[in-house]
Formats: sequence, C-alpha cells, structure tokens
Amino acid sequence: MTIRDVVRLLDAEILCGEEHLDTEIHTACGSDMMSDVLAYVKDQSVLLTGLLNPQVVRTAEMMDMLCIVFVRGKRPEQEVIDLARSKGIVLLSTEKRLFVACGILYTNGLGG
Amino acid sequence: MQCIRLEYDVDGENFSSAGNASESVKRTLKQMGVAPGSVRRVAIAMYEGEINMVIHAHGGKAVVEIYPERVDIYLKDSGPGIENIELAMKAGYSTATESIRSLGFGAGMGLPNMKKYSDEMRIDSTVGVGTTVFLRVNFE
Ligand SMILES: Nc1ncnc2c1ncn2[C@@H]1O[C@H](COP(=O)(O)OP(=O)(O)O)[C@@H](O)[C@H]1O
Ligand SMILES: [Mg+2]
Repeated sequence: MTIRDVVRLLDAEILCGEEHLDTEIHTACGSDMMSDVLAYVKDQSVLLTGLLNPQVVRTAEMMDMLCIVFVRGKRPEQEVIDLARSKGIVLLSTEKRLFVACGILYTNGLGG
Repeated sequence: MQCIRLEYDVDGENFSSAGNASESVKRTLKQMGVAPGSVRRVAIAMYEGEINMVIHAHGGKAVVEIYPERVDIYLKDSGPGIENIELAMKAGYSTATESIRSLGFGAGMGLPNMKKYSDEMRIDSTVGVGTTVFLRVNFE
C-alpha cells in the first residue's frame, strides 16, 4: 500500500509531507518505547506511536522510516512538525487508538 | 591513512536536541556513499549513546573518526559514572526516572543496542568522574 492508503484507512489528518503520499510502504511497527523501535525494527517504514516529542522523529530518521502516525488524536508541537518536514518524513494524526490503528493496517496487508 | 575527524558538543540540558550529533554523522556517511546498512548501524549505536549522555550524564563530547573501512566513536562525559558496568549492560536494566520513560527512553535497551549494532564497544567509567564509551563499526 501507499502512505495515501494509510491516510484513508485511519481517517488520518496529514500534518506534513503531502508530497510523499504516493510512496510505497510494506511494514510498520507500533510502540511508545523508542529503544524498542531501535532494537527490533528492521526496514519498517511506518511508526505508530502515542508519543509526541522530537525524539520520535529522530528515532524514525535513524531507522530510515518514512512516516509517523500519532494515535488517539494527538498532535505534536510545531517544532516537531518542522523537524519531520526538514527530514522528508510524513506525519499523520488519527483519532484511533494504537491497537486499533495497527490492527486496521495489518488487516489491510501491511506487515510487521 | 586518511581520516575525517568530527567533534560535537552534546548539550545535556536540552532533550530536544539530543541526536543532533548522530544525525550529522549519519548525513556525512550517507554523502560519502557508505552502505545504507552500515550507516544505520552507526546512527543507531551513536544515537543511543548520545541519548545516554543527555539523560544520565548532563551531556558531554562526541568525537567521530571516519576511516575508509570503519567509524570509531568516542562519547565522553563528566557525569556520575557507572558503578557496575556488567549490570548496566544487561537488557532491561535502567536507572532512568519515570519522566524519562514517558519520553520513550529508559527501557534499559540503550547499551545492549549499542553492543548489538557495533563491532567493538568499550566502556571506561569512574564513579564521580565520568564515562567514555568507545564504539567501532566496520563497514559492510
Ligand atoms: N553515560 C552514562 N553515564 C552514567 N550512567 C550511564 C551512562 N550510560 C548508561 N548509564 C547507566 O546504565 C544504565 C543502562 O543504560 P541503557 O542500557 O542505555 O538504558 P537506559 O538509558 O534506558 O536506562 C542507565 O540506566 C544508567 O544507569
Ligand atoms: Mg539509554
């Protein structure tokens, strides 16, 4: 699927990175512990999280991830959005909870 | 042998800027055409070390030496030091506070991650004086 499909499936708001919506993605991970993401993730392109601080963007950047989805309707501060934009990372915000958002993407073919 | 030497001050008072040095190293290696897998290993190992300097040691200095076939990283701080290095290296061991945990760090996976993603790792630490972590990553 593409990031555009994630937007549709999660009924998400696009916070930045509109120009990258047609990028293909194959895998995702959901976590609130960044060290776990750094430890176990391999070539995942989407990070779903309930955390909002700049280190979420940096973690995604270190892992070469393409898209971050903030769950439970959360939105980060402008500083975080600007950081993501400067790195070409797409930021999305969905009202859905972490478990539900991951489940929807998994059911629709995104791998772990 | 040619070597590129980079030096960074890691600000211990600013959690938001933690990772700046690692990011800069990642960008430099990428520009030099180093294999993406190697770039990522360096980035993750150094990033965990940089975060540790900020959350455990009030910041410090990072020196990075880039050779044609590897990177050597020295992370030096004047923080509290590590009393029991063997214990600190255990997956899940952490002295981080709840407020650090709520930021997504403090799972006790940093040092194990650094070990996992580097080819060589050494910790020199003296309680009350500080800690120097050495990381070497050989390119694929
Ligand atoms: N630079 C450092 N200075 C002092 N103590 C450190 C440093 N790095 C790590 N430690 C100690 O080692 C423990 C384990 O580190 P780590 O595996 O990165 O886990 P975490 O950072 O999640 O606590 C830390 O909780 C801390 O007590
Ligand atoms: Mg750590």
